[in-house]
Amino acid sequence: MAESIFKHASKTTIVMAIFSLVGTSLLAFTHDKTKTPIDASLAVEKMKSFAEILPRSQYDNDLLNDFITAPVDGELNNRAPTKVYIARQAGKANAVLLEATARDGYAGDIRLLIAVYQDGSLGGVRVVEHKETPGLGDYIELSKDNWIKLFDHISLITRPSEPWKVKKDGGEFAYMTGATITPRAVVKATYKALKFVEANKAQFFAAKATANLSPVK
Amino acid sequence: MSAYKEIIENGIWKQNPGVVQLLGMCPTLAMTTSLVNGVALGFATALVMAISNGAVSPVRTYIPKEIRNPVFILIIAAVVTVIDLSMNAYLHQLHVVLGIFIPLIVTNCIVLARVEAFAAKNPTLPSALDGLTMGIGLMLVLALLGGIRELVGKGTLFSGIDLIFGPAAKSMVLHLIPNYHGYLLAILPPGAFIGLALLIAARNWTQLRNTNPVKPASSALKPAH
Repeated sequence: MAESIFKHASKTTIVMAIFSLVGTSLLAFTHDKTKTPIDASLAVEKMKSFAEILPRSQYDNDLLNDFITAPVDGELNNRAPTKVYIARQAGKANAVLLEATARDGYAGDIRLLIAVYQDGSLGGVRVVEHKETPGLGDYIELSKDNWIKLFDHISLITRPSEPWKVKKDGGEFAYMTGATITPRAVVKATYKALKFVEANKAQFFAAKATANLSPVK
Repeated sequence: MSAYKEIIENGIWKQNPGVVQLLGMCPTLAMTTSLVNGVALGFATALVMAISNGAVSPVRTYIPKEIRNPVFILIIAAVVTVIDLSMNAYLHQLHVVLGIFIPLIVTNCIVLARVEAFAAKNPTLPSALDGLTMGIGLMLVLALLGGIRELVGKGTLFSGIDLIFGPAAKSMVLHLIPNYHGYLLAILPPGAFIGLALLIAARNWTQLRNTNPVKPASSALKPAH
């Protein structure tokens, strides 16, 4: 044998270590170089999705840096802490943007982005993520159907508690035959999010942001 | 030049990853719900395969055979992550479309298979070409499968193309079957298996019909298998 096992093993180890080191440094370098442009484009994406349900003319503050952190679970049902963004016009809060999760969809969580004005009316609702059946339950996506626009500009005052159900359950919301579970979950989650905003009205629409959110009674 | 021709033939037809080698089935079956999805995933895979083959080949002589797999996986994962991050930073529009596919590519064993079977034994240029053509071969299968599933399932072609070329491209979506109510089976997972099986059958049938005495192509390069 030309080479002892020990020598061979240490050579192999060194080669592996060198490759790991080169690989790791390459990743660290790339991560460092790309972090700023990636964060910038993510912010642009986020503002774009916000603009769909809350017109840019409604606020003049730095929305992405003006938020209160909402807890997990609770009325919004999110699985991770989320941010409630406060939209202000000349310093006065006039709308909030928040994320809510419906855990009772047909397949997995449905994540929603919701805009609520100070008077309690909805700016709109958009589905951020879902796993509903393609071609059947996915009409909650705006790209597939206008159904989600049913929520535009309605509120708890114009629609008291009872009609916040799909028509099949005695409410007012239209649905498509064969896929009732999906819209039912979205309607319920939106209703609960409105309740959440109402319960925390004082904090959200106060002159200055405060950190304590109270649960819905 | 015949060596290069053989590489191209292998990738597109003789050793097609999608219908002959049957490697990388998970993304093949899961993501081909439409023509655009299929092409996008195939394109991203071809890019990754060309680069990872090209990256492994120059260092192949330094890698002891006992640790070649961990080193290959390390190189592939590093390459894919660098592509993912750079694309996200500098080609953001493209990343919005292909972004979800890129993490899937790391798990696609066709990438490791070509590194192991070809790049570890051949010079850099043929290796990169092998990765590229194998990727294109896979892309063609994904495009066909995606197109068939979309046509049967939704009666359209090119749906989702506006995600790539902007909202103006929405008019490019072809509604080939008017008043079609959809055939959900084709879009759901069973449709992927049935569609792929039909493609494999069609490829084998064509191959058998055209079987004329094939001369074993002589080549300076070692065979893939």
